[in-house]
Amino acid sequence: MSEHVGLRGRAWFEALTGIKQPSTGDPGTVLASEAQIGDETALFLCVVPNPSSRFPCVRDGQVGLEEAFTLAHHLRRVIAQDREKPKARKRPVVAIVDVKSQAYGRREETAGIFFAAAASSDAYASARMAGHPVISLVAGQAFSGGFLTHGYQANRILAFDDSGIVIHAMHKEAAARITRRSVAELEELGHEIAPMSYDVGDYAKLGLLYKLLQVDDPQHPTTADIEAVRHDLIDAIQDARRGASDLRNRLQSEAAKQTRKAGIAVRAALEAQWQNS
Amino acid sequence: MSQTGIIPEFVRRQSFIELDGRKRAQSLFDEGTWKELVGPFDRMESPWLPLQGVAPQFDDGCIVIKGKIGGMAAVAIALEGAFQGGSIGEVSGAKMTAALDLATKDSKTGKRTAAILLLETGGVRLQEANLGLAAVAEVISSVLALRPHAPVITLIAGTVGCFGGMSLAAGVSSYVVMTREARLGLNGPEVIEQESGIDEFDSSDRTLIWAIHGGEQRVGMGLADALVEDDAGKIKATIRGYVQADLPLEYRSQQVEFYRDRVTALDTSEQINPMSLRQRWSNKTTGGLR
Repeated sequence: MSEHVGLRGRAWFEALTGIKQPSTGDPGTVLASEAQIGDETALFLCVVPNPSSRFPCVRDGQVGLEEAFTLAHHLRRVIAQDREKPKARKRPVVAIVDVKSQAYGRREETAGIFFAAAASSDAYASARMAGHPVISLVAGQAFSGGFLTHGYQANRILAFDDSGIVIHAMHKEAAARITRRSVAELEELGHEIAPMSYDVGDYAKLGLLYKLLQVDDPQHPTTADIEAVRHDLIDAIQDARRGASDLRNRLQSEAAKQTRKAGIAVRAALEAQWQNS
Repeated sequence: MSQTGIIPEFVRRQSFIELDGRKRAQSLFDEGTWKELVGPFDRMESPWLPLQGVAPQFDDGCIVIKGKIGGMAAVAIALEGAFQGGSIGEVSGAKMTAALDLATKDSKTGKRTAAILLLETGGVRLQEANLGLAAVAEVISSVLALRPHAPVITLIAGTVGCFGGMSLAAGVSSYVVMTREARLGLNGPEVIEQESGIDEFDSSDRTLIWAIHGGEQRVGMGLADALVEDDAGKIKATIRGYVQADLPLEYRSQQVEFYRDRVTALDTSEQINPMSLRQRWSNKTTGGLR
């Protein structure tokens, strides 16, 4: 599965923007472009593998220092350019997500990848809070710090309903090792405990997703697929504009009311005690 | 005869690191002003741990205390490193975001309420995997929502350190306070060794670990704001200073171009020497905001 990381992201970035190459001045690992969606222009962002990156630990599609600051750079530019515009005219941002993980490297830790990732999630969240609709399209993998850096601050998250889509805190082998289980046991457990699952259908039960999208083969989008996904993105953009600019919708969906009961109860209890303190 | 003359200062002081999460949080407040919210007697525990044969805890390893610091409203949210490595699960994450959101609500209506995050954590609790990761995203969002209205101060005292997704919450905070015994990074040394090999990172090399992740380095290179001694009185005074401070006009995590240029200037043909990087980045003439 991991050998396909980035291919789907690249395919969908190209399908939606017509662009194949990074912008001038950007590293080969980030695709950023503005393109038409419906009757407006949106900023599309994608992190892709680059076997010749000067940072060895991002070559397979991980998100590292350059990726985080480049994403933040494009987001900050759009936020600044649209600062005076009314909410309805602020450009949407579409993050196409197909990332293996954050970079696990010594260079990255030394130069503070935690901070680079923070700067990128700050930029994504700032765009959302400023009124830009921020939509994540999970086209492949969305792991851990990679997803936190690129896409998890979105108002609306869309994902393909496909076995190649994996949204998770840690890849199977490492999660199995740390929780002292075999990979088979871990997979079995995922069927009973939704937040543990590596299956996007189970992820949908958490109530964090806006919509699961149906396409035959996410790696090879057809013209009809592209049209359908465009339509879904436009729908998500409109829905985001109608909704709040925080992440409360992730607790308000029907699925969240079931699966995130404990968290919702904690919020209610804390609010009640806060008033009386 | 007085003994104080022969008892060294480091023996007389009250260690902060030796306190548990709850005592640490309590110690920051003006005496008699604080109250714990959704404490252990409310028994709001993880619904996911018992399903996996892991004993939950009545506070889920997250302590929320509201009160006054230097006369100003504040809430401290502490992760207890001794419970499941301080990991973030559904319940502990919800406590954190809810407390931040309530502080935002009060701050927006005229009662500025600072938040202090005491982070001793390895990151997402893998038994709650995707709900932990989602909680981290929500914590980051809630920190950013509060930051324009009141200070958000991350305090990393040690000895667990602050790793994984919660390191991003530290990264977007208004201020980061660390001791020498604290560490801050996205990936811990063991994880890097496991994922990228011992040549990339030898997790038994303690000198290397502290040179990269240690509090002295993080403050020295400008990615954290204050280095404090392991002394409850001094830490309390430092936190009080930040709680009372005027809000900054710009935050480090907004200085994208400045740090992007720094990354562009890195020589990546070999590993980066932490000490020389600290010297380069601490240079005030080319240096950052703080």
